[in-house]
Amino acid sequence: MLNNVMLLIGITLMYATPLVFGALGGVISERSGVVNIGIEGMMTIGALAGAAVSFYTGNPWIAFLCAGIAGGVFALLHAVAAVTFRADQNVSGIALNMLGPGLALFFARLMWDGGTQSPSIETLPKVFGRGAFAGTPWANLNVDVTVVFGIIAAAVVWFVLYKTKWGLRVRAVGEHPAAADTLGINVSRTRFVCVVLSGVMAGFGGASITLAIISQFTQTAVAGQGFIALAAVIFGKWTPHGAFGACLLFGMAQALVIILGGGVVPIPSEILAIMPYILTLVVLVLFVGRSVAPKADGVPYEKGSRG
Amino acid sequence: MASTATAGAAQAAKPRESLLQRILKRPITATFIAIALGFAVAAILLAVAGYDPVTSFAALFEGVFSKPKYISNTIIKASPIILTGISVAFAFKTGMFNIGAEGQYVAGAVCAVLVGATLDLPMALQVPVVILAGIAGGAAIGAITGFLKARFGIHEVITAIMLNWTMLYLNNFVVNSEMFHRPSSTSSIPVNPSSYTMILPEWKLSDQGLETLRNMPWLHDFLVKTDVNIAFIAAILVAIAIWFVLYRSKLGFELRAVGFNRDAAEFAGMPVGRNTVLAMVIAGGISGLAGALMITGIQPHCISTLAAFENYGFNGFSVALIAGSSPIGCIFAGLLFGGLLYGGTSVQMAVGAPTDIINIMIGTIVFFVALARVVALIAERMEKRSAEKAQIAKAAPDAQEANHA
Repeated sequence: MLNNVMLLIGITLMYATPLVFGALGGVISERSGVVNIGIEGMMTIGALAGAAVSFYTGNPWIAFLCAGIAGGVFALLHAVAAVTFRADQNVSGIALNMLGPGLALFFARLMWDGGTQSPSIETLPKVFGRGAFAGTPWANLNVDVTVVFGIIAAAVVWFVLYKTKWGLRVRAVGEHPAAADTLGINVSRTRFVCVVLSGVMAGFGGASITLAIISQFTQTAVAGQGFIALAAVIFGKWTPHGAFGACLLFGMAQALVIILGGGVVPIPSEILAIMPYILTLVVLVLFVGRSVAPKADGVPYEKGSRG
Repeated sequence: MASTATAGAAQAAKPRESLLQRILKRPITATFIAIALGFAVAAILLAVAGYDPVTSFAALFEGVFSKPKYISNTIIKASPIILTGISVAFAFKTGMFNIGAEGQYVAGAVCAVLVGATLDLPMALQVPVVILAGIAGGAAIGAITGFLKARFGIHEVITAIMLNWTMLYLNNFVVNSEMFHRPSSTSSIPVNPSSYTMILPEWKLSDQGLETLRNMPWLHDFLVKTDVNIAFIAAILVAIAIWFVLYRSKLGFELRAVGFNRDAAEFAGMPVGRNTVLAMVIAGGISGLAGALMITGIQPHCISTLAAFENYGFNGFSVALIAGSSPIGCIFAGLLFGGLLYGGTSVQMAVGAPTDIINIMIGTIVFFVALARVVALIAERMEKRSAEKAQIAKAAPDAQEANHA
């Protein structure tokens, strides 16, 4: 029993982690007032960058870091379009979702002789399972180190947003940019930084797939997880802790599918696979309800306009 | 005082608006600039990767235009994404983000197979029934999205993302179900031939048809070697119908009002909740139609196991954005997109460059469409500058007169 519970927790955390990073990225960006639909594209870039650097250097730690940087650099496109040029944020986000996978697959084919799949790469270590933990129920909780990073990242984002001066500024810019502007906060710069940070987070998210879960880059490595992360942002009402919870719920539903899928219950696997999505909707309807975005989310700020 | 002067000067400067300014102000100009930049970025990337951009683009254009068969295939490829594009564009106009076009498309295809493979009515009945089933499937998915938003305030983006995945797995469930699985394959059984919507499928292969077409090699190539079907005609009709609904009907006025300002529309006594559901039903129905027409019109007339989305809905998003959410514009944006997708395969064959360059190109186009505002801004700035010049020119003699006095 304890083994099963540990297994459930382990798989839950494994599935939740890429979503956690992606969703945290979404939260940072949207709290500052920039809608970020492009998480999927940013995650794909991170997934490829992580795999590629690990492939060429053999060092997964540097690879993980580079994935974050790559995500941030890619997010510059969104920042320039949405913040500097005040473009339609949805459109530019969608563009990133086309560009991200397009660029990732293009370079993957160049690097790996026309295939979109990388060879098996050096991955990040796992937390438990060695030494004293071997053979105990803890071994089932042998999660990737990225899981721990994800939890730490969620705590940090929460702390920064709610307990620091800069976080207060970010939230102010997202709620009422004109008021923030009168108080001397640089709205554009704050938003710009937040969008780039969201790219860094999403890049980590992508890398936590390729550098931990599947230990290679494939065409379907990210496959829609960025969109689930986007849903988690809204589900969690644009808060880091809410989004984290939503990702856990989603990861748990996936874990249940895997555990129940082993022939325990006579339900076709496809119907089981639907469960997480239906469960999410049911939870939303029953417990969460109306979600209200940050007031200025998605609205480009023009100096001098009344927020 | 100063502001009146500027306003006056601006007015005075208006008739002297240069041709360049006028061109820059047209929204279509920004779109063409975006398309050109899309090609430019792709060219740079191809060159950096060591492929000759000129040969690549030549292959792309040849792959679309050099044979009637290719043109025909481009249109076939474009038809479903024109429809999903209209679906997304319509939802946009009503203030909603139809990221669920993908799932609605799959729902349409699945329902078309369920009905088309089960029933075998005379063609005149079968075709409408199968297509209506597809529309109903997509509309049902749209209805859930709209209802959850109107009744419980659940953001349409979440519902749509969840329903996209739900439909993907339901599709796989149907494919693998006992009743619909085609043995030793990853596909379902095809719909009955009475549901086919190709244009003259039998006549064009009959002796008489071939005889007639022999004298028209262009038409022969266009018709015989491809699955020419009614989807493109349907897409044009839907575009016109949606334009009419949006801009020439009371319903459309109300829907657009909700899109502009939800609260104001509600305050004006419009049934916002009902309209939200209705808008999503219509949007879903259009995507469902796209799915159904792909099943009835194109080989192999069945659904297959999906490992990932086929992107018909997501591509519809790009189409709608390039078209600036205009239903009619979606026809052209869809043809452009279809041409790039279809011609992209020739690029790979000709120079070996990865076909992903096409997605990069389309992504770049969409990105610069997002920046379209900048073009208008440049025009505005030019206007301001010429207005200032006019003002200075006007002010100078005034000052001289004042000096004389």
